[in-house]
Amino acid sequence: MDCVVTGGNVKVLAKAIHSLSRIGDELYLEPQEDGLALRSVNSSRSAYACFLFSPLFFSRYCVYTIPLGHAFRCKMAIKCVQAVFRSLSSLEKTVEKCHIELDGEKSRLTFTLHCKHGLLKTHNLSFQDSESLQAVFDKESCANMLRAQPRLLVDTVLHFPPSLEEVSVSVSGERVWFRNHVDDEAEQSKAMLTELCLSSDEFDHFAVGAQTSITFCLKELRGLLVFAESTGLPVSVYFDEPGSPVVLSVTDSVLEVNFVLATLSDDSNLCNHNNNTKRARSPPPPDDFMTDDIDSYLIAMETSELAGPSDALAPRCPSSNHTLTTQPSVDIHRRRLERGEEEEEEEDTEDTERPPNKKVSFVVKGLAVTYTTVGINVTLTPLPLSLYSCSVPLSLFRVSLSL
Amino acid sequence: MKFRAKMIDVGCLNHFTRVVNTISKLTKTCILRLTPNNLYFVLSGKVASGGVGMWCELSQANFFDEYQLEGVAPDANEICLEVTPENLSRALRTSQNAKCVKIKLTKKHCPCLTLVAELPTLSSVSRVVTHDIPVDVIPRRLWHDFKEPSMPDFDVSIYLPPLKTMKNVVDRMKNLSNFLVMEANLNGEMNLKIETDLVSVTTHFKDLGNPPWGDDGSPGRSQSRDPEVMAHTRVDIRKLQQFLMGQQVNPSKAMCNIVHKRIIHLILLHEDVSLQYFIPAVA
Repeated sequence: MDCVVTGGNVKVLAKAIHSLSRIGDELYLEPQEDGLALRSVNSSRSAYACFLFSPLFFSRYCVYTIPLGHAFRCKMAIKCVQAVFRSLSSLEKTVEKCHIELDGEKSRLTFTLHCKHGLLKTHNLSFQDSESLQAVFDKESCANMLRAQPRLLVDTVLHFPPSLEEVSVSVSGERVWFRNHVDDEAEQSKAMLTELCLSSDEFDHFAVGAQTSITFCLKELRGLLVFAESTGLPVSVYFDEPGSPVVLSVTDSVLEVNFVLATLSDDSNLCNHNNNTKRARSPPPPDDFMTDDIDSYLIAMETSELAGPSDALAPRCPSSNHTLTTQPSVDIHRRRLERGEEEEEEEDTEDTERPPNKKVSFVVKGLAVTYTTVGINVTLTPLPLSLYSCSVPLSLFRVSLSL
Repeated sequence: MKFRAKMIDVGCLNHFTRVVNTISKLTKTCILRLTPNNLYFVLSGKVASGGVGMWCELSQANFFDEYQLEGVAPDANEICLEVTPENLSRALRTSQNAKCVKIKLTKKHCPCLTLVAELPTLSSVSRVVTHDIPVDVIPRRLWHDFKEPSMPDFDVSIYLPPLKTMKNVVDRMKNLSNFLVMEANLNGEMNLKIETDLVSVTTHFKDLGNPPWGDDGSPGRSQSRDPEVMAHTRVDIRKLQQFLMGQQVNPSKAMCNIVHKRIIHLILLHEDVSLQYFIPAVA
């Protein structure tokens, strides 16, 4: 791979990297025929971002296929790449172009900044081979879509304190509400609640199906907004029902950015927002494990078809018993579709006690999972899980990882 | 119990926000007393607040265009709430350019002060921000703790030097010692002193002037007192620093009453707000 970014685009590239650094610790770089893709995902797989720079973004863009037959893909610590583009203001003033090339023999990715006065700053970064990190999502099939100027969203987010973790967005025919989401039962009585109501007029595009409410992490949204505001491009928001991921996208002729964030599933939305106390609460599920994060996460990861990030963030209602206290550091990053068929047999649909919210219940027995990466075969058997049932929201998001 | 108020003037909104910001820097929680004519932010000077007392009085007519209050009972037409001023400050901060701000007492999941701001937009429909700030209603039987403090029988009363200067001095002194002695006399002289094993530092202020207390003060005392003699009080320097840090606007009048070895009583008067702060002496 060999490409050159010139002029103002260097700053755009730098901002993209800074934006990605707010998602995860590693930057996945994949030069493709249709452009250079920079991606990142967070450790709990609940947020994914992808910046796709088309060849037109570059003043020179050459991608060679390596004799091995598959395209070059790598990942590296994002902090290293951030260090190359450290000071944005000086970048603008001094850097004339940035040359990125892959040295196959030495396994190095070289960033050369050509600065004023003939100064050359060369950064040699080592990388790791990686599998492709790609989220499969379908924006067009989402029931709701809003598009707004970044300024509107930045102003909205301003009303919430920087420490706020999650924000709830509710839509109806004519309006959108942004509310801070209060997680903890105990905090509810003491926490200040803020709600901002915007009318559909303020949006460039406002297409809403049924009345919905979704909750997602604000920190990751802020990462995108900083980027969008600097480019001045409108932000499009695609979403469905709670549990389904929300896709935020910024597009122009040379660049396509997609942020896919998990949303809390319906249960949590009902439990935690005071407005929703008006709605009838669904009766507590018969099994304690129903609301156990870890369980649903593990199941989601193991039945890779449904390995949705939303599941990782799923039911956060305070539940009485957690027997599993392991972190998702049964850290199962990459897996193959092994249990796909089995999972389908065991599905039953719609718990009849619950209000229709598109959940799937199934029974899972202790599973063994094979985890393969380049040159290494690892089989993991999770901690003894007794037979239990739990409910997982059906998600449109799939993380499919292939070598 | 009912409370509804509305502010539409930007200047009033800014001013109110600054007052709330000042209060939020002075204390984490305080009592808000609402009466038909005034609002008071009160700290009762008990052990819980470290002995520090605060009394801030605002005349509602100077801030609100509409103000409706129905107190706890017809003969006790006021409402007493415990609030966290930081929340109020946060709610006001982003509403500075609002067309109108309404504050009302509501009951959501708990009693709340709800602030609703209508923000201007380019479209016909305005943006509405609603903040629900949880508060605790103080029952009537505890109201006696939050009465207006009486003017102490002071030994010396003096105008303060510019607060910024005082703050700079106190900031530097804080690095050296935990306690500070404030002394003043009726000749318009004030000293701020710290003393440790290694060093002692004194800052002298002159020609400050002494407020002419008429019937309010203790005229007998001040007349018979030797103008050269200093009255002094030793206080925790952090409390004084906290007071000085919070001040955002220069007051029209700033004075200090010292009760020898007992208490420092600081009074700041702005056009429509008065703030009194009591710092007790430490041994």
